This record gives sequence, C-alpha cells and structure tokens, in this order.
Amino acid sequence: MQTPVNLKYAATHEWARVESDGTVSVGITFHAQEQLGDVVFVESPEVGRKLQQGKECGVVESVKAASDIYAPISGEVIAVNADLGSAPEKINEDAYAAWMYRLKPDDLAELEKLMDATGYENLVAAESH
Amino acid sequence: MPFIPHTEQEVRQMLAAIGAASIESLFDVIPREIPAAQLTRVPEGLSELEVSRVLRERAGEIAPMLSFLGAGAYEHHIPAAVWQIATRGEFYSAYTPYQAEASQGTLQVLYEYQSMMASLTGMDVTNASLYDGASGLAEAILMAVRQAKGSRRILIPSTLHPTYRKVVKSIVTSQDIEVVELMYCAECGTTLPESLAKFNNAAFAALVIPNPNFFGCLEEVDRLTDWAHAQGALAIAVVNPISLAVLKPPGDWGERGADIAVGEGQPLGVPLASGGPYFGFIACKQALVRQMPGRIVGRTLDLDGKPGFTLTLQAREQHIRRSKATSNICTNQGLAVTAATIYLAIMGPDGLRNAALLCHRNALELNAALKAKGMLRKFSAPCFHEAVFALNRPARSVLEALLQQHIIGGFDLTDDYPELDESLLICTTETKSHQDIARYCEALSALTTTTA
Repeated sequence: MQTPVNLKYAATHEWARVESDGTVSVGITFHAQEQLGDVVFVESPEVGRKLQQGKECGVVESVKAASDIYAPISGEVIAVNADLGSAPEKINEDAYAAWMYRLKPDDLAELEKLMDATGYENLVAAESH
Repeated sequence: MPFIPHTEQEVRQMLAAIGAASIESLFDVIPREIPAAQLTRVPEGLSELEVSRVLRERAGEIAPMLSFLGAGAYEHHIPAAVWQIATRGEFYSAYTPYQAEASQGTLQVLYEYQSMMASLTGMDVTNASLYDGASGLAEAILMAVRQAKGSRRILIPSTLHPTYRKVVKSIVTSQDIEVVELMYCAECGTTLPESLAKFNNAAFAALVIPNPNFFGCLEEVDRLTDWAHAQGALAIAVVNPISLAVLKPPGDWGERGADIAVGEGQPLGVPLASGGPYFGFIACKQALVRQMPGRIVGRTLDLDGKPGFTLTLQAREQHIRRSKATSNICTNQGLAVTAATIYLAIMGPDGLRNAALLCHRNALELNAALKAKGMLRKFSAPCFHEAVFALNRPARSVLEALLQQHIIGGFDLTDDYPELDESLLICTTETKSHQDIARYCEALSALTTTTA
C-alpha cells in the first residue's frame, strides 16, 4: 500500500495536504480507490461552498459503487480539479496526485484530529481483518 | 383483429415447399360450380383504420361511445401488429429480469425505445420509462432541485394538467420543496412570458413548461425557456409525444433547449383502459444524466468485441445508494414501453407525422364546424388537437345530454377551473372521421342553441 508520510488521513479515507500557500488539497486514498474499483464520476463540492470537518461534501462513483466523501478539515472551497470531470480514472492511476478540491482552511489545528501515515495504515490493516 | 405476418415471398416459399402453384390451387378439390363467380361491386381496398371503423359500425348496438374526451389520455389508432407482437411470450413479462444482462432481447427493446424517445424529444438521454407522466414530472422536479443545490422553489403554470399538479405537490412538498403557481392569461389560454417578470431574481430551481398545455394551447416555449435560463433555473418541458412529430422538440426550445423533458407515453400505442397502466417518459441533457432516476440501458461491446446491452449508471440507484438514491422509483413500465417501441417502429417518422397532422386537421375542422354554429373557442392561442370552447351554459348538463346519444363530449373543467364552468375541453384525434365530427357538432349545437 502507498501512504505518503507528508499527508494527513481521515478515517473516512480522504487525504489532506497543506500546500506552500497555506491552502489544503483533498483527495481519496490509494486504499479507497482500490476498494471502489474503476472510478467513473466525481462530484466535488462547488467553489465557494463552506465545508465542515467530518461532513459530507461530495460523491465518488465507480462502476460498482457510489460513496460519499467527507471534508477532512473545515474551510471554504477555492478550487476544484476540473481534469477529473473528463478523466476520473486519474484517481485510480495516482490517488495522491489526483486532488479533488482545494480549500482555505478555517483552522489548520483541525489537522491534529486526523491520522498520520502510520496511523492510517494501522486503520486499514485493522479494517481488513 | 389478427395480424397476418406473411410476406409474398414467404407465401411463395411455402407454396414451393409443398409443390403447389398458387394458393387458389389448394382449393381445386372444390367443384367449380360451388365457389362464387368473380365478385363484382367490391369497393377499393380500405385501410386498417377504415375497416375497423366499418366493423364497429356494423356491430350495431354494441358500438362504443363516440369520444371527444382527451385531457391527458388520448384515443389513437393502434395498428393491430403492435399488441400482436407486444404480447408474444418473449415480451409479455410483468417484470424486468433481475439478472438484466441475461435478457439481451428485453434490454435491446428498451435501448431502442430510449433511442427513439431521445430523437423525438431532441434530448441527449432518456431512461427506460417511469410510472406515468405525472410522477415523471415529480421526478424531473426532484432532479432540478438536486442540481440547483440550494433553491427548493419551483414555478408551475396553472395551465399544467390539474392531476399533474396534485401528484407533484403530493410528492415534492413533503420534501420541503415549495411549488408556486402561475396564473394563465384569460384571453389567450397560455402563460404570458411577461407575467414572469415579477418572479425575476426569485431564485427558482426550475420552471415547468407544458406544451400543448392542458387547454390544448401552444405556449410560447422559446421565451419561457430563455426566461428560465436567464434566471439560472432549469426549464422542464411537459410534452405530448404525438405532437412532437409536428412541433419543435424540447431540445430545440429557446437559445439552449429545455433541460429535462417529460410526458405521458400512453398516446404511443397504449389503449385507453380506465386510467392505465400507462407509462411516463423522461429525457434530459447529458450534463444531468447522473441526476436522472430509474433504469438506463446502454449499448457496449463484450470481451470478444461483440455488441451487447447493459443496465448502466446503476451506482446511483437504490440497491447501492440506499436512502441517497436519485429516485424512489427504479422500475419501468416494461410492457407498455414495448408496445410504444413497436408502435413507433411501425409508424416511422412519416407515419407519426401523418397521425399528428391528421389530429391537427381534425381539430381545425371541428373548430370551423362549431364556429359555423356560433360556438367559439375560449382562447386565442394556437392549438394542437384539443381546445376549450365556450358553451354559455353549464358543461355538466350538456355532457349528460350528449351521453344519452352515445357521445362522450369532452372534459368538464368546472372542478379544476371554476371560472370555466360553462366551457368544454374537446379533443379530436386522427380516429375521428368527417362524419364523426359533423355528428358531434350537430348534437352539440342542438343542445346549446335551444333554451335550457
């Protein structure tokens, strides 16, 4: 399993990355895309929407399932990855490059509630047993 | 009436197989003096519709009512082949199979239905059908609200079918959706685009546009559609599928076309039967496809590269999304849709257009005949095959008197539009002959010109 150490992880299988400008990029994990199978559609939150940590904010649809995605951190959506509209398979190809949306965080300290790479790998290992 | 499916070529092949020269030669054993001589005074061939009419007339006292009732369900000529084929064992199943891909024939019929309906409505995608036109509209409204992500208000004209308005309210108001009704213009019988100005910037998720509307009138669909889009709302078309053979399809309304088109599919080969079963159709633009409820059949290639059919976009539906599914309804009206598909295939674009033109021509003929008797249309807007006429006396009593003469005279608007209690909604489809129309106009004018 691939689990970059520079990211934070939610128990609902989203990753969050703090960018150099202080914004936060969000996507779903390698494990999540593996469980879903071929991703065919992504419904990201629209720009301007205010998200709350842990609340639903979109849907990822594969050929066999549709799963809600949850905001790993509170904030306002400032960008959506338009590439995923025509090429949702990029999530399968490289889950950590295929960011879904970027937000301006309300409080970066919220990231402390998320897991680091080791914590997330333990979670996945526990779920698969 | 049975449908005899053999082509001339097949007849020749069968004769060749048994070594007979002609069908007549099969009857050679009958002594020559017994068969009638060459028949004389036999008229030219008649169309199936005309033969059906002759037989009904000769059936005498059990002849059905002469009906000029429309109001949402319409009497059309259904070629005998439609139900002869639809009721074959391969099609005549009450349910779409659960292992859908094992039933390629069923899926192919649905795929062809979808393709024909998309072409008829001018839209990108249609599903495999819904329960009926009214619940189809409720689903379209739920789609619009999901898409709007915020606004939960819908604008509905009072020229929309009253039953559709009731069904929509039952389904959507319990989901915190507000339905605002628009008054119609008392002179033209349509929704005036100018009357929408007071709703500018009122953040509606959608505007519903019926065409023809419940009064049979044609709305100014281009202007209404453009107003909706200028307001950031979706335009939902409610249309009669037969009329689309001659009217502009919803996909071409206004600058950008309607976003969703729905309607009652019954006119396409489904007989009038005490209210059903009928079927609803729903079509939309590609951008809305993931909001569309129900089943969608797609065409694809299998591992060996052979074409096949599959249920697609299922991840939105109940068995996967549970309470978050895009619809309460996953089923479709398989049998009625099979009949509609066969009807459309038999009629073809030209046949459908001819039926629609005949409906309209009969409406014009009725209009002229009633006008000659001093009975005028209530509204000025152009109509398709149905119109409101002023009787100047209570419609209820006129309809009761017509029934005594075996005529169903039309639809009494009193319950739904109290202001139209002395008017009658009258429909003429292609099933009506010149004699039918003349008989009706005589009967109606006799009742409305004598003193009550």
